[in-house]
Amino acid sequence: MPSIDWARVEIGQELPPRQHPAITKQQLVMYAGASGDFNLIHTDVETARAAGLTGTIAHGMLSMGFLAQYAGELAGDHGFVQRLKVRFSGMVFPGDVLTCRAQLLARDAHQHTVTVQLWAEREPDHPLTTGEAVVLLREMP
Amino acid sequence: MEPVLDQSIVGLTSATEEFEVERGAIRRFAAAIGDPNPLYADVAHARACGYADLLAPPTFPTTFRVALPIALDASHTLHGEQEYRYARPIIAGDVIQCASTIRSVHEREGTLGKMTIIVAETTGMDRSGQPVFTGSSTIIVH
Repeated sequence: MPSIDWARVEIGQELPPRQHPAITKQQLVMYAGASGDFNLIHTDVETARAAGLTGTIAHGMLSMGFLAQYAGELAGDHGFVQRLKVRFSGMVFPGDVLTCRAQLLARDAHQHTVTVQLWAEREPDHPLTTGEAVVLLREMP
Repeated sequence: MEPVLDQSIVGLTSATEEFEVERGAIRRFAAAIGDPNPLYADVAHARACGYADLLAPPTFPTTFRVALPIALDASHTLHGEQEYRYARPIIAGDVIQCASTIRSVHEREGTLGKMTIIVAETTGMDRSGQPVFTGSSTIIVH
């Protein structure tokens, strides 16, 4: 993501979107191992079907990780994500291509922070994970 | 036996558990997400940016698997919301002491029938007792 000239971003303006490669079953196994979330509905089709699902579903925390990646890019090398809050509203499946989007909600020149709304979607206007981040910037315009 | 999920569990706190933040664990976690941020992988880059060692991605505290102070059946729970507030970045080499506390319980009628909404808060402190992060998880029991 190119660095953002915050002085030119208006409140409510959308920031550049980021599309992620399709989520793979291998990625869900990797995420299970790396996170310690071994709930088999994420990695085992039989377990997922027994739970009433059509197949395995991605960890909600993986989608939060995508939004955290976006917030981390906004923070850059010297900033800091101070707060990240998300709501899991829709299921994400292997094969899904998620796009993370963001818009500026507020900026605080005194605290050197920006507050952004973030969401991940498979189709336009159908957010599956929505959230908000407060990012401390190294310097504000 | 069905676990009792009423106001009596509010304020219950788990035992404190200690977690060492390892470089390899940070790299594997970032790789699983597909996050290429060099602060999470390249020690020289992190140091050039003024950090003592690799940074952990913001959602890394999910790897601190603190047992809740109550027993829940995983097949009847959903993760509704998650929040993290950070006092400072988490850095490889940190030793973080975590405990989780039940903050609230309430019932709601939803698409799955009667649901119980539990908010559990996890706090992480370093060895000197300074706060590092607070996590808040909303768990839906159906």
